[in-house]
Amino acid sequence: MLRLALKMLFGDTAKYLMLVAGLAVATFLMAQQTAVFCGLMSWTKSTLKNVPAPIWVVEEKVEQANETNPLLDTDVARVRSVSSVAWASPIYSGIQRVRLENGNFKIIQLIGIDANTLAGAPAKMLQGDLMKLRLPHSVIIDDLGVQRLAKKRGDKVKIGDAFEINDQEARVVGIADAVNSFTGGPYVWTTYERALQYVPAQRKMLQAVICAPREGVSLEQAIADIRKETGLKAFINREATFEEFMSQTPEKPTTNFNVSTMWWYVKNTGIPISFGTTVIIGLLVGMAVSCQTFYSFVLENMRHLGALKAMGASNGTLCLMLIVQAFTVGLIGYGIGLLGTAGFAFGALKNEQPPFYMPEFVPFAVLAVVLGICMLAALMGIWRVSRLEPAMVFRS
Amino acid sequence: MTNDESKQLAARVRGVSKSFGDGESRIKVLKGIDLDVRRGDITMLVGPSGCGKTTLISIIAGTLAADEGELDVFGHDLRKMSKAAITRFRAHHIGFIFQAFNLIPTLTCAENVSVPLLIQGLSAHKAEKRAREVLAQVGLGDRIKHRPSQLSGGQQQRVAIARALVHEPKLIICDEPTAALDAKNGHVVMELFEHVARGQDRAVLIVTHDNRIFHHANRIAGMDDGQILEVHDVDADHPPPEHLHAPERL
Repeated sequence: MLRLALKMLFGDTAKYLMLVAGLAVATFLMAQQTAVFCGLMSWTKSTLKNVPAPIWVVEEKVEQANETNPLLDTDVARVRSVSSVAWASPIYSGIQRVRLENGNFKIIQLIGIDANTLAGAPAKMLQGDLMKLRLPHSVIIDDLGVQRLAKKRGDKVKIGDAFEINDQEARVVGIADAVNSFTGGPYVWTTYERALQYVPAQRKMLQAVICAPREGVSLEQAIADIRKETGLKAFINREATFEEFMSQTPEKPTTNFNVSTMWWYVKNTGIPISFGTTVIIGLLVGMAVSCQTFYSFVLENMRHLGALKAMGASNGTLCLMLIVQAFTVGLIGYGIGLLGTAGFAFGALKNEQPPFYMPEFVPFAVLAVVLGICMLAALMGIWRVSRLEPAMVFRS
Repeated sequence: MTNDESKQLAARVRGVSKSFGDGESRIKVLKGIDLDVRRGDITMLVGPSGCGKTTLISIIAGTLAADEGELDVFGHDLRKMSKAAITRFRAHHIGFIFQAFNLIPTLTCAENVSVPLLIQGLSAHKAEKRAREVLAQVGLGDRIKHRPSQLSGGQQQRVAIARALVHEPKLIICDEPTAALDAKNGHVVMELFEHVARGQDRAVLIVTHDNRIFHHANRIAGMDDGQILEVHDVDADHPPPEHLHAPERL
């Protein structure tokens, strides 16, 4: 009977395609928009990824990595003086404009790192030599900068090419692999001292201190000691799990800078509402199209279902047929929608934009929602079929 | 005991009544119906539209419950059976032929015919094998892969007959089986019913307006206003009464 149910479904090509299309669009919207949102959220903490250090120390009011309040230069030494800290280095991080050889201006995310230790340097160099960063006017750019900072569209920046930051020469000595910045500007690393030369002077220029705990001291213990002894805010810098992200509460604020940064964007920008609205629209579109189409499919087949009932098919058999039909289109639509999302992901990851990151739970959550929609559609049909009088087949 | 009286009863209906609606709009559609449907016979129910024919066959088929009266089908008192038990009973003992054929358009003839066997729980392979045999018996052995839309009205009705016979029910209930057919196809279909009833000792109960097929009946029950007014045994010596040819004059 279930095979016949599927043949009945596939035989009504128009409705079948409509159902699959509705669920595929819903799947695509829910999965793709969630992944773009998660990607965008992961971009908010790109500085933390691109300036790798186990602990970030910032001014007491700071909540996120892209908006730091400056510290006193002496704060580096204060952090170093904490007994559980192994080393500490200054970091400059800020948005600047560069002037290219053709006269165009571009936004960059300038990172200044300690010249002696090179702590905070990119983890993976694609070309060039990290050590050459110590040479005069040297900078390292990320792979996005290779295209963005080129003289003209289509060209690529090569090692040895130069541009200007605040009318001062910056010569590329290396290209690094990096996560895109939230602002969309490429990352440019230089030494801390040179960064201060590039940037218009302010009374306080130190944006953060990065450090690591001594051997045998936990990160939690180290940040507690730093907070206690310096009065500065110290955060752990490590990848956040979904559970860790969701466990953040105002009463128990996180000590993970990644979590704190992402939550700041969730609470202070319209990004979640914007993406959430699209996801809900996807859900509603899928629900409306699928439920309406499936219900109409059931109504059109009511005579046949009535005949089956008259011939001795039980309510249970008919309900199972409807569930199989609904879940089949659900799984096919989900598969197509996810395939479309994968295609989008392929393009996004290849071009490194728009942001795209799909946590493992997203496909399962979307599948659950799609199957929920299908169950609702099936239940509407089941409601009609269970009330169907088999005697209706005798009425012309 | 006459030869006709010796035939086994398929269905015995006594004092069956049925009403629809509530309050002032309540209408009594059947008013104390008595009827015997015998195996080996073609029994026809004739009468004007709205006289209760379809309601009566629905009750005999167990697709509708009577308000009062006795209803015995092959020794089973349907009024005492649960809905689920009646559904199972229908699946095993009753074959249906509908006016509009009610073949599922997306299924092939063989698949349509195999439906009653699948309902009984037979495997698809065995059901289709049996369906092909029955299709061959109704002269459609070369149409097993065709869909209903690829067949003429007569052929579709023969597929519907094959579907009604495939699980070898003892009672076949037909609602206007020849209404959509021309005289030639109607004749072919009725010959099939004669073979089924008399050759295979099954009961065939037909609701019809089609006076072209009256001579195929063994018994004709004339209905009007929810009552059976007359029952005629028909054979070569006793043709259907003329007045039945215009049921509105019953």
